Amino acid sequence: MARRVGVVAVAQTKFEESKPTLHLQDLVFEPVQKILQETGLKFTDDGTGIDATISCSQDHWDGWTISSKNVVDGAGGHLRPEEKVAEDGAYALYYAALSIIGGHYDCILVVAHTKESQVDGRLIENAGLEPLYSRMLGLDFTSCAALQATQYMHRYGISSQQCAQVVVKNRRNAIYNPYAQSPGELTVTDVLGSPMLSDPIRLLDAKPVSDGASALIVAVEEKVKKWTDKPVWIEGMGCCYDRHYLGYRDLTDPISLTEAAKRAYNMARISNPRKNIDLVELSEYYSYQELLWSEGLLLCERGDGGRLLESRATQIGGDIPINPSGGLLSGVPVNVAGLNRAVEAVAQLRGETGGSQIDGAKRALIHGTGGVCGQMHCVIILKKG
Amino acid sequence: MGERVAIIGIGQTDHRYLRSDINHEEMIYEAVRKALEDADLTIRDIDTIIIDNMDLFEGHYLSDAMSVDGAGMYLKPGLKMNTGGTSGGTAVVTGWHHIASGLFETALVIGWEKQDAAPSISALVTAREPLYDRGMGAGAVGIFATMGLKYMREYGCREEHAALARVIMADNARRNPHAHLKLDLTIEDVLKSRVLVWPVRLLHMSPTSCGAAALILSNENKSRRAAKPPVWIKDIETAHREQSVWRGGCVEPNPKVTAIEVAASKLYRRNNITKPSRDIDVWELYTPSSWALFPWMELFSICEKGEAWRLVEKEVIRIEGEIPIEPSGGVVSTNPIGASGLIRVAEAALQLRGEAGERQVTKKAETAIATAWGACHWIVILYLSKHL
Repeated sequence: MARRVGVVAVAQTKFEESKPTLHLQDLVFEPVQKILQETGLKFTDDGTGIDATISCSQDHWDGWTISSKNVVDGAGGHLRPEEKVAEDGAYALYYAALSIIGGHYDCILVVAHTKESQVDGRLIENAGLEPLYSRMLGLDFTSCAALQATQYMHRYGISSQQCAQVVVKNRRNAIYNPYAQSPGELTVTDVLGSPMLSDPIRLLDAKPVSDGASALIVAVEEKVKKWTDKPVWIEGMGCCYDRHYLGYRDLTDPISLTEAAKRAYNMARISNPRKNIDLVELSEYYSYQELLWSEGLLLCERGDGGRLLESRATQIGGDIPINPSGGLLSGVPVNVAGLNRAVEAVAQLRGETGGSQIDGAKRALIHGTGGVCGQMHCVIILKKG
Repeated sequence: MGERVAIIGIGQTDHRYLRSDINHEEMIYEAVRKALEDADLTIRDIDTIIIDNMDLFEGHYLSDAMSVDGAGMYLKPGLKMNTGGTSGGTAVVTGWHHIASGLFETALVIGWEKQDAAPSISALVTAREPLYDRGMGAGAVGIFATMGLKYMREYGCREEHAALARVIMADNARRNPHAHLKLDLTIEDVLKSRVLVWPVRLLHMSPTSCGAAALILSNENKSRRAAKPPVWIKDIETAHREQSVWRGGCVEPNPKVTAIEVAASKLYRRNNITKPSRDIDVWELYTPSSWALFPWMELFSICEKGEAWRLVEKEVIRIEGEIPIEPSGGVVSTNPIGASGLIRVAEAALQLRGEAGERQVTKKAETAIATAWGACHWIVILYLSKHL
């Protein structure tokens, strides 16, 4: 890598089921204001502050074509460079880091927002399916995920109990996270007793509707060192697309995730991810996905996601803690998800997460995903400075 | 600075009002295949893919996800950008950063829009801030109407001049095999066309087009060995502008400072462009209405304030002229929105290669500026050169 890129600061809103009093611009401005106050950085043209903004949002979720319009005043885009990544927030961080490595910018503000509460997500997800053959079936991402879950559970003998344990673990982890929407002490029985959404996915197996935003400042090495005593470096990055049509894919084999992870591991020179990585913040929109994604990330063998969970390795205190923040199941909106994973991982690497702190955490993996049944994935490796 | 970036492959569809013969993936594939053929590469040679489109216009959520087969993205890294009318320009900029980073040798950049699939103008209405501005129901026409009105009042320009600008674009478009509207127009034809919002008439506005365009970018090492002579993207600049009407943003006819001026002055300064009309040989400006041409020419410092309409009157902007602008026929002849910004770059690169056929400018073309404009005075500028 020609230039080393690191994280200067992170900020996030509290995640809530609904934020009816906040205009989208206000929602964006909240973490931006926090991060500016914390760092003292300003939007400048002379290289002394933030050079550009990369935002992440979706026209459909905002009900606003060219949704970055509402970011322009809230995130320093007025008469300045601002570009919108229309994918998960992890991709926004990926693109920001690339733009700094390339040398055109030295410091970029990355911000992602979504107010899921203001729209019917199922209609949007239906519009996320190919229009001629798939859309009219009335599928949404949950009913598609149910197909993936069924196939995965059937092939590898993953049980509903194992999936429910993911929910219990993540919601309990969220107790230590002041920004989490739905922390709580749940039992497997609670999860298995919750209403069925689309068999085998129950209400508590799915990420709740959530509103919120996250922001992060990345910069080139010299500036990171000048602006923070607790730098976190970006060591590796990778992303990858799978095909769209569900029938073309083996839904139990997240090959695009593995491909993205391999790219990130190669760049970070990681040979044994389970050993070399201290914590994982991944995007589990549904409980079974945490198990499936942990396989895709090569943290265990194919089909061993359930056993990995039962070995307690993925708990706080285990050898590969997954989602110590509480993850998406504790409430993080789509688009914000991947960027918020980075925000949480940075807090861990800086030792700022209190009760959920992973002792001696030096290297973290963050993951964002988009599309139906995890069609594309982005993996970034962060390392404590 | 990072790796130098060049365009080594160019492809675009023939842009039309209706493409009911194919779906969006097949349309994307047309442009991608042409770009690969042009570069004499296969999809296996492509390291990463950047795609852009205006999701809400066709009603596709995550339109990149459902374009994978047509775009050749299967098991490749890449991402999707969407910045409005500027999207096509932004996508090229994104590809530029990817190559500059040194992490990728080749990038395929794709812009597309299939407007026969949904009424895009009803989506455009939602581009306004929902509480204060959306009730206006304003699309793009009003912006150009206020712009034209203000320009006429300040500088003594008449409707005939904007009509002449439109006639020149039509003349250029007839020489471009890919153009959507290839009209044979007279000034009278334009002046007789129906008023949308005065002084903007139907013929002053860009059409609703279907189309895709693709570019292949690569680093210096690979570009030196490319099938076609590389066209270098020397520099880029972008600026957005706060939008809200109620804070004096969007429809303000002549804002005190525009994003165009801010971005252009930065880019000119960095590249020692002191007299743009002399230092730049070809312009592919993104002008969605012929009424935008005059202010654009002035904001890009092609001429002084108030002089643009006089230059157009002298017809120096024609393909044979001293300051050729939009030899392709421009956005007013062809507008598949997500592709439009990318087509500007593609057309400018073809001019620098000397491969623009009948629309090749008469003067020696070694430098070009391609722009993308969108939303409310947002701009992306790319500075291209034949020489590194």
